[in-house]
Amino acid sequence: MSSQPTNVVIAGLGGQGVLKASAILADVAFSAGWDVKKSELHGMSQRGGSVSSDVRFGERVFSPMVPPGKADFLLVIASDQIAVNWAALGRDGLLIAPSQVDESALPNQKSMNVALLGVLSRYLRFPVEAWISALQRNLPEKLHEVNFQSFYLGRGDGPGNQQTSLRTDGQTDRLTDKLTNRL
Amino acid sequence: MAAFEAEVRLGTGYPGTPSTEILETFQKLGGRAQWSPNEKVALEVGVGVAFAGARALVTMKHVGLNVAADPLFTVAYTRLDGALIIVSADDPGMASSQNEQDNRRYAVAAGVPMLEPADSQEAYEFTLRAIEISERWQLPVLLRMTTRVCHSKTIVRRGTVAIPPPHTPHFEHDFPSRVMIPAYAKPAHRRLRQRLAEIAAWNDEAENVETENGEAENRKTGLNQLITGSKSLGIITSGVAFQHVREVAPEASILKLGLTYPLPIELMRKFAAGVERCVVIEEGDPYLVEGARTAGIQVEGKPESFRFGELNTARVRRILEGDTSPEPKPAPGKPPALCPGCPHRSVYAALKELDCIVAGDIGCYSLGVLPPFEAMDTLVCMGAAIGVGLGLRHSLPPAEAKRVVSVLGDSTFVHSGITGLVEMVYNPPASGHVLVILDNGTTAMTGMQEHPGTGRTLSHAKTGKVVFEDLARSVGVRNVHVIDPAQDPGKFQKLIQECLDLPELSVVIARRDCLLATRAIREYERCNEQPAN
Repeated sequence: MSSQPTNVVIAGLGGQGVLKASAILADVAFSAGWDVKKSELHGMSQRGGSVSSDVRFGERVFSPMVPPGKADFLLVIASDQIAVNWAALGRDGLLIAPSQVDESALPNQKSMNVALLGVLSRYLRFPVEAWISALQRNLPEKLHEVNFQSFYLGRGDGPGNQQTSLRTDGQTDRLTDKLTNRL
Repeated sequence: MAAFEAEVRLGTGYPGTPSTEILETFQKLGGRAQWSPNEKVALEVGVGVAFAGARALVTMKHVGLNVAADPLFTVAYTRLDGALIIVSADDPGMASSQNEQDNRRYAVAAGVPMLEPADSQEAYEFTLRAIEISERWQLPVLLRMTTRVCHSKTIVRRGTVAIPPPHTPHFEHDFPSRVMIPAYAKPAHRRLRQRLAEIAAWNDEAENVETENGEAENRKTGLNQLITGSKSLGIITSGVAFQHVREVAPEASILKLGLTYPLPIELMRKFAAGVERCVVIEEGDPYLVEGARTAGIQVEGKPESFRFGELNTARVRRILEGDTSPEPKPAPGKPPALCPGCPHRSVYAALKELDCIVAGDIGCYSLGVLPPFEAMDTLVCMGAAIGVGLGLRHSLPPAEAKRVVSVLGDSTFVHSGITGLVEMVYNPPASGHVLVILDNGTTAMTGMQEHPGTGRTLSHAKTGKVVFEDLARSVGVRNVHVIDPAQDPGKFQKLIQECLDLPELSVVIARRDCLLATRAIREYERCNEQPAN
């Protein structure tokens, strides 16, 4: 059904930029003209506890929460939070985790959230310019450069990094097809 | 945003998840907003604004309305000249709260009309509609939100609701309408019930939009929304539960209630009669179910197990299918912890070392109950540390009584600890008592809000400052100490030991800025020191 929204769950620990990452993703989807809903739990989570945020976009989104086991993408910024959030991921869903980014090449450890958005961006049909301008809108200017670099590191096709190939396998191809059909 | 567009004169409140961001946003948009010492004061200031004919927005989390309940129940009897909107942000599932009370009960108990938005668009529209209702019937209106409405962002189209401009503030004497002595309050109560009956009739008859698909453009006038679908299944719902229902049962007929007190009973009756099976889907208490059944409307409710926690699409599906099999337990996440380097750490280390019985309170320092400290024995509500600690001292055998310490934070102390301090001086336990105020210079738990003890306003400008040590001395506490607990933990522990040994009252102010706020505090101080221009 074409009206099914795309479901993304972003998870990590307090202070890792989970909410910032979901704000950027929601901004990109909004700019592309989709209905977008984003929802999260925080409060105590500011003190280093688990945080997660749901972003849903599509022609029409009702519930702001991703139904359990229906996430198309689970983006986890802290490796030890993968197990905690595993139940969110759908059967054909894709996990995006820090192991997919060369951590030593990150310009700043705090920008792992944006690097993982870079990985995610490979599978979503939003132009790279939309991501860059969402980063600009959601981050203070002095952090722009660091985050652009992190984003391209995750995306793997940044300026000066054109040769890096996308790592794909059967599963992600199918997923990309599925999403392409949907969007 | 709605509050700003409606020219709300003043926003007041006390920070609390998930309500905190409302006033901060209102202020950023250019509105005038201020933090009050607690919710009761915030509401009272709002009442004054509305008596003056201007519009007031008062925000709090659900438990905050307990604190503000005293003025709420009586202001409902009075005549307001301007709008008074009270936002209660409920927290079903207790993401960050000590209980999951359902504040829809307050609307009924106090006799205050209530609106329940289901997404950001409705939060915007219903705020404007609440202002309209408040001014039309001269009553306060409760805008009841929940975590998933507050902490979600959905697309908002502006300009969908037009309301009249605010009155020019002006005061007129009107003793019978505003002075609630019994002679005036008796007719005032009748007047309140009369107004509520009018609103109930209005809610039943007018303003309801019938729509086939619930499109946004069709909802600009309706507070309640009727979606005509299958005759075999009808669902009555409100708030965020509506969104889950739309997703799970797109074929069902839906009556989505926006104005949920007073309930549109006749509308509900007609709806229920028109479908074969009528189910009520609501988060929290069975409020709509009870309302319907009291009026003799046959509806199905949800099994008791769904009273606990939030709803989601999976749980709504279970309710509709009558599935009460055990639900999968979510994997336990990492619990929050006191930050490395947090000044509270050395306080708890000392209290644990001294084997204290700790009457605790609400804030980051509540985390002192968790390992490795496990050094907090009670937590009830804001400010309770002092009263609970005194009660323990009054009744425990002397050897145990002298180990009791009350611990609460700076913002919590201002919120509702000052009366506890007075109680301590007025009714001192035989063994004395030790009160530790953890003064980290900010309301850390909710995200670094200012309070009267910081001497800075909501927007961080310099203002009057309540100095805790002066306050404690002025009410008659002789042993008042100010100490940095992290600088020399050994010295801090020794001080606590000395205070415990003394059969007198002691107040220890453990002062060191919150690690997360230090930089911001320094920056605010620097800005405030610079002379204007």
